[in-house]
Amino acid sequence: MRYLPHTTEDRRAMMADIGITDIQELFKDVPEEARLDSPLDLPSHADELSVERHINDLAAHNTVAGEVPCFLGGGAYRHHIPAAVDALIQRGEFLTAYTPYQPEISQGTLQALFEFQTQVALITGMEVANGSMYDGSTACAEAVLMAGRVTKRRCAVLSGGLNPFYCDVVETLAQFTELVIEKSRPDAPKRDHHDTLALEAHINNETACVVVQYPDFFGVIRDFSNLSTCCREQGALLIVVVTEPVALGALKAPGDMGADIVVGEGQSLGVGLSFGGPYVGFFAIKEKYLRQMPGRVAGETLDSNGRRGWVLTLNAREQHIRREKATSNICTNSGLCALAFSIHLALLGEDGFTRLAALNHAIAQSLADHLTNLPGIEVLNGAFFNEFTVRLSRAAAPVIDELAEQRILAGVPLSRLYPDRDDFTDLALITATETTTESDIQALVKALSESVP
Amino acid sequence: MTIDRSQGRHLRGTQSAEKLSNSTITGNRALQIEEPLIFEQGAPGRTGVDLPVPDESLDRLGGLKRDRPIGLPGLSEPEVVRHYTRLSRNNYAIDLGFYPLGSCTMKHNPRLNERLARLPGLADIHPLQPESTVQGGLAVIEQVSNWLKVLTGFPAVAMSPAAGAQGELCGLMTIRTCLMARGDPRAVVLIPDSAHGTNPATATMCGYRTESIPSDTRGRVDLNALSARLGPDIAALMLTNPNTCGVFENEILKIAAAVHEVGAFLYCDGANFNAIVGKVRPVDLGIDIMHLNLHKTFSTPHGGGGPGAGPVVMTDELAHYAPLPWVIRDGETLELIEHPERNAKASFGRMRAWHGQMGMFVRALAYMLSHGGDGLRQVAEDAVLNANYLLSGIKDKYTLPYTGPCMHEVLCDDRFLKDTDITTLDIAKALIDEGYHPMTIYFPLIVHGAMLIEPTETESRQTLDQFIAVLRAIADRARSDKSKELHLAPLHAPRRRLDETRAARQPILRWREPAITSATAE
Repeated sequence: MRYLPHTTEDRRAMMADIGITDIQELFKDVPEEARLDSPLDLPSHADELSVERHINDLAAHNTVAGEVPCFLGGGAYRHHIPAAVDALIQRGEFLTAYTPYQPEISQGTLQALFEFQTQVALITGMEVANGSMYDGSTACAEAVLMAGRVTKRRCAVLSGGLNPFYCDVVETLAQFTELVIEKSRPDAPKRDHHDTLALEAHINNETACVVVQYPDFFGVIRDFSNLSTCCREQGALLIVVVTEPVALGALKAPGDMGADIVVGEGQSLGVGLSFGGPYVGFFAIKEKYLRQMPGRVAGETLDSNGRRGWVLTLNAREQHIRREKATSNICTNSGLCALAFSIHLALLGEDGFTRLAALNHAIAQSLADHLTNLPGIEVLNGAFFNEFTVRLSRAAAPVIDELAEQRILAGVPLSRLYPDRDDFTDLALITATETTTESDIQALVKALSESVP
Repeated sequence: MTIDRSQGRHLRGTQSAEKLSNSTITGNRALQIEEPLIFEQGAPGRTGVDLPVPDESLDRLGGLKRDRPIGLPGLSEPEVVRHYTRLSRNNYAIDLGFYPLGSCTMKHNPRLNERLARLPGLADIHPLQPESTVQGGLAVIEQVSNWLKVLTGFPAVAMSPAAGAQGELCGLMTIRTCLMARGDPRAVVLIPDSAHGTNPATATMCGYRTESIPSDTRGRVDLNALSARLGPDIAALMLTNPNTCGVFENEILKIAAAVHEVGAFLYCDGANFNAIVGKVRPVDLGIDIMHLNLHKTFSTPHGGGGPGAGPVVMTDELAHYAPLPWVIRDGETLELIEHPERNAKASFGRMRAWHGQMGMFVRALAYMLSHGGDGLRQVAEDAVLNANYLLSGIKDKYTLPYTGPCMHEVLCDDRFLKDTDITTLDIAKALIDEGYHPMTIYFPLIVHGAMLIEPTETESRQTLDQFIAVLRAIADRARSDKSKELHLAPLHAPRRRLDETRAARQPILRWREPAITSATAE
């Protein structure tokens, strides 16, 4: 077997060295009645070519987003990833290393994490960030749990604009804690209606945090400055969730609007769609909450020769030291995806990142203009970044399915995420990125004009 | 005519040159090049990505257009490639050498798996595509599920947990929801004192109080202590088996019976499944629910600290409460159940936004197909053989807290360092200078100065022989009059020992623009 170095002779000699004649002697502690005498009913080993054929065949049963016009978003976005990103993360020194427990021989990973933390802090407008979480949704739930620890209060208010799966994750992960989750009702976007008054009405002196999404799940962009003032007055934390970090190249930073914690999904930068995972969550905070922050964090220090270097630090928050008193049970984060994020953002730089954002917004505006002209379709958003909600003159899900038959991934029918909301049946979320071409837009317009009366 | 073949070159190192060799003008040392942060490089206006210039005359950003620079550095592609290439060379990795980090199963990561995970048909599909367009993606989830179910003997598996620790949380939440459905959520989770820190942290997140169960003199759960504590308030015992002391809980059937007797569940931390895959099915050990680390047993790469994947196998009774989403088969068609509907009504919820770590599933599937049922059994046998070969090679030089054969990990304590001023940390750092990644140190917590060595099955006998020789020589040095040198290790790594206290006391967690002092401003 190609991954196992031992020959039969090696095994025999090694067993002789140990003083056994049968490998079973090493498994004597396994209760005899539980031991398997022969291999399980599974296929036998296979050569590389056979495995490749098997998995190629599975891959062939999917519609590849990049091979068709694709307008899907809703928390996962198709962006162009520069070739250098994948080439660099496939270097074995990054790919096949683990958590940098031995800093002297992990400076590459540690320095990259330190750079990632800095980049996240810069784009969110926050003071510090951790070394990543599993994904945006778990980062969001961890932020809510953290707000409970910081404020010692029990009520978390979730905006109706938060991705409904994120709401589910927050509710799930908080269900056995003391936190009570209060969800505000999602509304379809209304033009010129971007205030946060409804949410502000929920906040009182028992509120631990308010969670908003920016841009929100429906693509709406709201100014949270008033909301943050309201939170501050009541002693609650404002948590801003970003599921499309490219938007931060065009929009005012959440930190500049007074956010206390900014979390999000980093997939858009450097990480492919991959059917939903693995992705990478980011987590940025005001420095005063540092001791309550979950997750690994790299910090600067000196070695015994006085040279600058990096280590994992503030371990006293973490499970391997604090056990049941830790800030979270998280151990491994999403290191390699964080590296991909960081390399992509390093390649973009200030000019590339802001231009990428402007490009996304320009193409989305063009798409919105095309759709606005179609009968039976109404673009509901006044403001948006690269995705917006449309109302169709008939149920959205069958339209999306019909267009999928024509190899167009037209958008996300909101009924998929809100099965209980009859008033959302005719709504769909439509997204454009820099990968969306003029001919993609024409194909969508043509197909929709035939499918929607 | 005579020719000066040296052409002026110094063919032999002189004494003075040797003395100078420790310092260079740049601080670089040949292939090892000092690399500043990206924020200390580049130039404004430079970029590594060419993009068309969009029309920015109009925007619909609702008056929230960014009004100040972000502060990101500008670097060209060659600068970025060189930066990360240089950083990579400061990392130890499995590809580079032996990485016997106990509890982490640092085995070879096959490159075929990387290629397959990048097939556009798997890497470039959106989680919200219509079901009809992702039948192959759902089939990957189904096939990995089937392998895990057969290997563990359980009828069900929750595929969404993002990592081992999230798998633990999934397991305990499933248990708690099931107990609540019985009308009796209970209050306490028992955890052996040798357990991973994630176990108690997870139980806390699940609203349980934790109590520690002591280990006996054989490094196993003290069955008497456990039995004495079991009662109607106990929700579960979280057990790692093989455990973190490197031995198999040989009384597991009795443990399971005792746990079940009081109506509690036996949760197994599957971090060490590599030792027994294909040799025994966890279901036959009386376990009710267990997470598997795909990045350990099934070779998905560790990536410098993730991403991992932590699917959770479980009994039929518990499966009613498993988290969403579920993949189910209806004849030829695979369906994705994303809401509490149909047979998933009792689900405890959703652990993360999408369906699971697809990229890890593809790699794990390729790995399982490559090994087959026969090969996976050989994996466990070779992993255990390698650990015992290593044990046999060092047992007269190192001290072992527990006797008998080990499973896939060798656990040493620091009694062999008694009467020296050398510590476990010094031994680890000395290994760095010899070109190895150290073993896990100071874990499990119950063994003083613990060294947990996990060679894995992908190491050859030659590698093990060399490592044994080095370990023996270091132990000798620790007890010799040259022991002081070990305090200085590592001497040859990219950095000498780093000051972790300083890092924690004055945390510097990001780069900041250096403050302009009055002197430089003038």
